[in-house]
Amino acid sequence: MADLFDGYPAGAAWDEVFDRTGDVRPSYRHVYEALGELSEAELRGRAETLARTYLTQGVTFDIGGEERPFPIDVAPRVVTEAEWDSVAPGVAQRVRALEAFLADVYGPQRAIADGVVPRRLVTSSTHFHRAAQGIEPPNGVRVHVSGIDLIRDEMGQFRVLEDNVRVPSGVSYVLSNRKAMAQVFPELFASLRIRSVAEYPGRLLAALTAAAPDGVHEPTVVVLTPGVYNSAYFEHSLLARSMGVELVEGRDLVCSGGHVWMRTTNGRRRVDVIYRRVDDEFLDPVTFRSDSLLGSPGLMAAARRGTVTIANAVGNGVADDKLVYTYIPDLIRYYLGEEPLLASVDTWRLEEPAALEEVLDRLHELVVKPVDGSGGKGLVVGPAASASELADLRDRLRKDPRGWIAQPVVQLSTVPTLVEGGLRPRHVDLRPFAVNDGERVWVLPGGLTRVALPEGQLVVNSSQGGGSKDTWVLGSSRGAPVSSPLERPRTVAFGEGVPIDASPSDDRSEQQQQQQQQARHPHPTGEAGAPC
Amino acid sequence: MLSRIAESLFWIGRYTERADATARLLDVHVQTILEDPWAEEDLVCRTLLSVMNRDAPSADTMVGRRFVLDSLAFDRSTPSAIAGSITAARENARRAREVISTELWEAVNGTWNQLPAHMMPSRPHSFFTWVRERSALVSGIVDQSISRDDTWNFLVLGRSIERADMTARLLATRALAGTTGPDWPTLLRSCGAHEAYLRRFRGLGADETAAEFLLTDRLFPRSVVHALGQAQACLDALDPAVGKASIGGARRTLGHARTNLEYGALPDLIEYLPAQMLAVQRACSSASETIRQRYFPSGALTQWAGGVL
Repeated sequence: MADLFDGYPAGAAWDEVFDRTGDVRPSYRHVYEALGELSEAELRGRAETLARTYLTQGVTFDIGGEERPFPIDVAPRVVTEAEWDSVAPGVAQRVRALEAFLADVYGPQRAIADGVVPRRLVTSSTHFHRAAQGIEPPNGVRVHVSGIDLIRDEMGQFRVLEDNVRVPSGVSYVLSNRKAMAQVFPELFASLRIRSVAEYPGRLLAALTAAAPDGVHEPTVVVLTPGVYNSAYFEHSLLARSMGVELVEGRDLVCSGGHVWMRTTNGRRRVDVIYRRVDDEFLDPVTFRSDSLLGSPGLMAAARRGTVTIANAVGNGVADDKLVYTYIPDLIRYYLGEEPLLASVDTWRLEEPAALEEVLDRLHELVVKPVDGSGGKGLVVGPAASASELADLRDRLRKDPRGWIAQPVVQLSTVPTLVEGGLRPRHVDLRPFAVNDGERVWVLPGGLTRVALPEGQLVVNSSQGGGSKDTWVLGSSRGAPVSSPLERPRTVAFGEGVPIDASPSDDRSEQQQQQQQQARHPHPTGEAGAPC
Repeated sequence: MLSRIAESLFWIGRYTERADATARLLDVHVQTILEDPWAEEDLVCRTLLSVMNRDAPSADTMVGRRFVLDSLAFDRSTPSAIAGSITAARENARRAREVISTELWEAVNGTWNQLPAHMMPSRPHSFFTWVRERSALVSGIVDQSISRDDTWNFLVLGRSIERADMTARLLATRALAGTTGPDWPTLLRSCGAHEAYLRRFRGLGADETAAEFLLTDRLFPRSVVHALGQAQACLDALDPAVGKASIGGARRTLGHARTNLEYGALPDLIEYLPAQMLAVQRACSSASETIRQRYFPSGALTQWAGGVL
């Protein structure tokens, strides 16, 4: 059995399926056995079906103008209930701290006055926007949606790698991965209790509705997309579709009289909440980049007047700045009075001269990232970089120490992934998504597992050739309580059903036989029966 | 038009729609059994069988999806299973071969020819997808290539009655099985109604609104009310009611069922949903029978009583 796993190498990283002695971990036993029963040809056939469903659905990712099906791997990633119960509260805690930090930065700036973070940390951040100063969100929420990137280190411990509180993307892949997997691998699902991800759009809409300006009854929520050429357009349309709201582009919006409107066939309709998937800089040409065609002039003015809510709030980027990341544990203690539930990755702040010197010495064994980057842009993995790249990097670090952080190379955990030679370990991370509706932070069970497809590659971003895996959080307790009268199970009344009709002429076997006989034995006078 | 031909057309409409609706119904249920860890396979399967008016094995045997698939999807001998209704539709199309367009015949016959290749018990979802695609092809050709004369009216009459009936059965599965079955969004999705529903209710509808949508939405073509209204429109076109002192027959049966839903009090409908759905199914069945007696009474064989005259 399990010839697909033959020659599965043990690595330095934490493997999620096999423990150090090569035995299958209990959480994966079911998946391992189910996959082992398939032949390699069968498994590849299924993988092809998966890719084909993605092409049909349009679950594609745009790389340099070419649309490719978003690679989804056949082997799911499994998170046990116990593991998840330690991760989810940690994610929620982090989001609460980030919310508090943003409210403080764009408000009284107590943390700066109290010396928890230096003032220059905030003011030097690329994504600190003075235009957002003093905009008070109606229900106090700025981080309506966040994606907290987690990795599992060599000991199997989850650590936060980075926070995404601007426009985190990828949730559509979580939703469509689950759907596709259930269709293509029904037997994997049998007898496992996997927590559903389907309630995400409902939660998101509820959070957006809750964020509407005060006094608005039945708010109009829209999703603002840069347009069909954006790499995440599929996600924008999926979210709008599954929430039942309009998907608008900047040119559909018009700001007038202190309100934001959209142009419809029935005239203007007021817009109350904008779930924007456009970056800050492009949102309002009056305030930010004046050459932007993706936003709508006057949006910020309307937001400042409080007639429209922009979600996520403008200026959130200051909180996911990678240098701020190093202060998050302190901020959790400062704002929430709690100990951080999730560990971070050790990080050198290059502004500190001693740290800079140490990093420059050990550059070949560290990972260096720009503080304001996302999608793995500009990231340099020391051990994989050439000497000239490193020399070049040294110069850049000296020139702009505020712009970079350095971290030790963490061996991301590995999960078997279908590649050329069968199922082989590939590095993965995990991006759980959290939705904050002002009452509580809800964390979507599972999240997006991204996998780096090239061997040994540690960068998992889809723009860098990464794929994804369906992420299964095993559950044991039922979620929603029974409330509506429709939910009461009723006694099934057997034998009370209405029969399914059939045409009487479909049951005339006698007539059919006669007709056939007529065809076989033509009438002596030459008049044949109906031919069959 | 010959009564016999009219009857065949009526049943092509019904069988094609039945294959489609049954595929949708089974697809969500099979998917739910797999995906939802809290679904009770035995109960879900028994509900399905009871709603489709099939006998379930005795209570001490577990009914699994395999059994349901065998009896409701892959059984070719009875027209109440998908394979059976595809076969029956093809038989009827053969009888009406001279009045239906060649395109329609080839679509129906092609479906039947390809049937064995697509019946893969291990991949039910792809079978259901295929059935839905073929049904969409057939009804698309009906709408494009058939004149809006009696041919079309009989085809669409059959389709509409079947659609009302099957949507009622779909709602009944949910009403009977409660939370053990698929949830409302899944049911809506199975009818292709999820997006339309979300747009109408702005996404935040409660479960009652989902039932309301599938029952009484006047614009969505798969709702019971819309399907019954379409059936009535076909009856009107076949035999205009204008200038007649009273309406009777199938028109009254269907009109009664439709107005009961359309103008009835929603909370009452929801509270007694299983009974209401049974009433819709009975109305469809009785209308079908009335239509048969009115338009194609050939089923009553003339028999020689012998020696009286």
